[in-house]
Amino acid sequence: MDLSFLVLQSLSGFASASSLFVIASGLTLVFGVTRIVNFAHGSFYMLGAYLAVTIVPRLLDLSYSPWTFFLGVLLAALLVGLIGVAVEMLLLRRIYRVPELFQLLATFGVVLIVEDVVLKIWGPVDIAGPRAPSLRHGVEILGQRFPAYELVLIGVGPLVLALLWLVMHRTRFGVLIRAATQDREMVGALGVNQARLFTLTLFLGASLAGLGGALQIPRIPANSHMDLSIITDAFVVTVVGGMGSVPGAFLAALLIGQLQAFGILILPKVTLVLVFALMAVVLVVKPWGLLGRPDSGSGRVVLPEGILTLRRFRPPEAALALLAVAALLAVPLLGDPYTTKVATEILIFALAAFSLQFLVGVGGLVSFGHAAYFGLGAYAAGLLVTGPLKAPMELALLAAPLVAGAGAALFGFFIVRLSGIYLAMLTLAFAQIVYAIGFQWVEVTGGDNGVVGVWPSAWASGRTVYFYLVAALTLSGIVLLRRVIYAPFGYTLRAARDSATRAGAIGLDVRTHRWLGFTLAGAAAGLAGGLYAFQKGSIDPTLAAIPLSIDFLVMVLVGGIQTVMGPLLGAAFFHTLKDVVMPLTEFWRLLLGLAIIATVLVFPRGLAGAADTLRGRARAPATAAASA
Amino acid sequence: MTLLVVDRLNKRFGGVFAARDVSFTLAAGEMLAIIGPNGAGKSTTFNMVGGQLKPDSGSITLDGQAITGRPARAVWRCGVGRTFQVAQTFVSMSVAENVQMALVSRHGESRRLFADTRRLHREAALALLAEVGMRAEADRPVSELAYGDVKRVELAVALASQPKLLLMDEPTAGMAPRERGGLMTLTARLARERGIGVLYTEHDMEAVFGHADRVMVLVRGEIIAAGSPDHVRGDARVRQVYLGEAGTAAALKARRKAVA
Repeated sequence: MDLSFLVLQSLSGFASASSLFVIASGLTLVFGVTRIVNFAHGSFYMLGAYLAVTIVPRLLDLSYSPWTFFLGVLLAALLVGLIGVAVEMLLLRRIYRVPELFQLLATFGVVLIVEDVVLKIWGPVDIAGPRAPSLRHGVEILGQRFPAYELVLIGVGPLVLALLWLVMHRTRFGVLIRAATQDREMVGALGVNQARLFTLTLFLGASLAGLGGALQIPRIPANSHMDLSIITDAFVVTVVGGMGSVPGAFLAALLIGQLQAFGILILPKVTLVLVFALMAVVLVVKPWGLLGRPDSGSGRVVLPEGILTLRRFRPPEAALALLAVAALLAVPLLGDPYTTKVATEILIFALAAFSLQFLVGVGGLVSFGHAAYFGLGAYAAGLLVTGPLKAPMELALLAAPLVAGAGAALFGFFIVRLSGIYLAMLTLAFAQIVYAIGFQWVEVTGGDNGVVGVWPSAWASGRTVYFYLVAALTLSGIVLLRRVIYAPFGYTLRAARDSATRAGAIGLDVRTHRWLGFTLAGAAAGLAGGLYAFQKGSIDPTLAAIPLSIDFLVMVLVGGIQTVMGPLLGAAFFHTLKDVVMPLTEFWRLLLGLAIIATVLVFPRGLAGAADTLRGRARAPATAAASA
Repeated sequence: MTLLVVDRLNKRFGGVFAARDVSFTLAAGEMLAIIGPNGAGKSTTFNMVGGQLKPDSGSITLDGQAITGRPARAVWRCGVGRTFQVAQTFVSMSVAENVQMALVSRHGESRRLFADTRRLHREAALALLAEVGMRAEADRPVSELAYGDVKRVELAVALASQPKLLLMDEPTAGMAPRERGGLMTLTARLARERGIGVLYTEHDMEAVFGHADRVMVLVRGEIIAAGSPDHVRGDARVRQVYLGEAGTAAALKARRKAVA
């Protein structure tokens, strides 16, 4: 490895750092002002790329010069900015007061909608963009050729940083952005028109994402997976830099750009893992990122988002629950094999969703990567059965929760040191590590294709028998977890969520309990994952991917985050809906996105919550009549 | 018997001294009040003793054990119970459950996985609630209580661990005047009966001068006066801090008038 090679490697690191910064700066600005972690930022980036591959070639037909190329790129960026304005006015404006978790889910709804819209307009095939005129060739540096376009990219990052600095320090709009980032409520109290400030911020943020996407077209073709692949990187950069800090994002982008450039030389297999590992280390040392500050609102006493009253079953409800279980158990006797398959899956997802509710609703630990433990369980079971060991199903199903629990214990050790949005982001990062290992470690995991032939032992291979096996394991898992919620351990987790200060002052070790709780929930999700592997007969990286993590959250949300048993209802409802709707339409993502947004806007307390409210309403007139 | 020895505690936030060479002692069964204007460092001192904040330097000794810079739960284990300026309770639980959690912690049962929490130590919790006059509210959600009542629940929670030292940060804030007297009388009685040392801050001067054995005045992180309530009341520097020169004269005049 000679010097020129190292220099060039470092230059290409700077080029990717530049691109990362342009995108992440928009995300961090939007977060600073609105306090919304915007999943749709990745969609803005993708739209920037698609608009650029549409606009730029037409402009180049008119006049073939680098100026028209960059004019087209800017135009694409501005158009994305306008889309950002539309998203702010139609959606974000309505959810500023909604709890963080719901905001994240709503913006993920936008991601799903944009994905389907993009597929409809541009089709499923990747679209390669034109290269920039006069920048197609290499420049000689230390005797090696380096792409000229990459050199331009290296300049773009500092340029955007300088422009942002000017905007932030020399314009009224910029001063307001900085003020709102420090204390949003005060800015509102001082009579600033918040609606306009937020709309403009979204315009700026979305334009930056669009610019980032448009600049990529000579390097990578526009494709419909760009949104999720970039959003995790952008999250990592903003979190490492400190959420809301533009210079922090710049610093973090540089760090990550170089880490990727040199990491690929030293450990080519684990580049994806390296980035998330860096994030974990930074957050453990500096829990608010490199240049971030603790949230000013963290000292306030607010009602936590989650289970508020631990109700017990009243006799009619207990009867209803028993009836539901009985009906479910009768499915294989009455229904066709397909219904049995769906019922099996519902049971598995119910356990997974319930274990997530244990974390989120009881412990207040909002995990955006719960699929990691589901995936770990599935891989542990699948690889044991198909790998050199050829272990039986029974052993694999025992290993699934153990391996997932061990993974949760390892990751949870870092995760429980954080709180709020940083915690959520770290769970996401660790889930991406699991996903990346599944995806990159091809020899063992089969990579993208996964592994097939994960079949149950002979005695359990019939649909009906497997259904009853799943029912026995998942239902006992759910019953046990429910017991734990009502036991001192569950109470302690809830106590720590309600007031960590008070919990510490009565001698409770908040961190250790959270860590154990995280491990337990991970193990339960792992059992669900193991069962799912045998149900499907195969494993692949989607079992640990973001969309599945989001599915689990949606189940919890739709079922009702404030209720103990709601998530089970949510799992049944969501999975049935997906199963019915998906085959009917090519726009199921769009419908799912709309459904998520509608849930956040209309039923923030979910199905079970809405039922509670109805009951409350029905009772209120009754008591009024009684007292009259 | 000296229970708490605080020796030259210092704490800075940026360039500002929140506590500068704060030293004092507290005997078992004694009521010691810290007063001072807003921002004087009362809560900072409290949080250092209670383990919520680490001091930059200095030492804290409780009953012969060094507790300087230990986390809150370790300080609690050494026998410190506390209430907070902004009441800290488990808002999703009932009044009784809040106290039961403290008892669960005291008995080291917080990791039990299958017991029914609502039945654990319920009688003991009800007895504690009866002591602070909240027995009748035991099964109400703590989030529904008036703020003054929440403060009493906090006291019951703090007492649940049978502490040697009670830290009470503005225990009567948000209470009606009559309730305040009641709570302070109760606290003083418990302190004397059980030999609990009580360190508290107050803005309500009746709660300070009517119940404290000793009073300590903290200004800009420094103790400027300490002694019996009468001694502190008569201290010239204290008068100046609270009233200024002109205010002191006006207050003297007003008192003369009131007497006349």
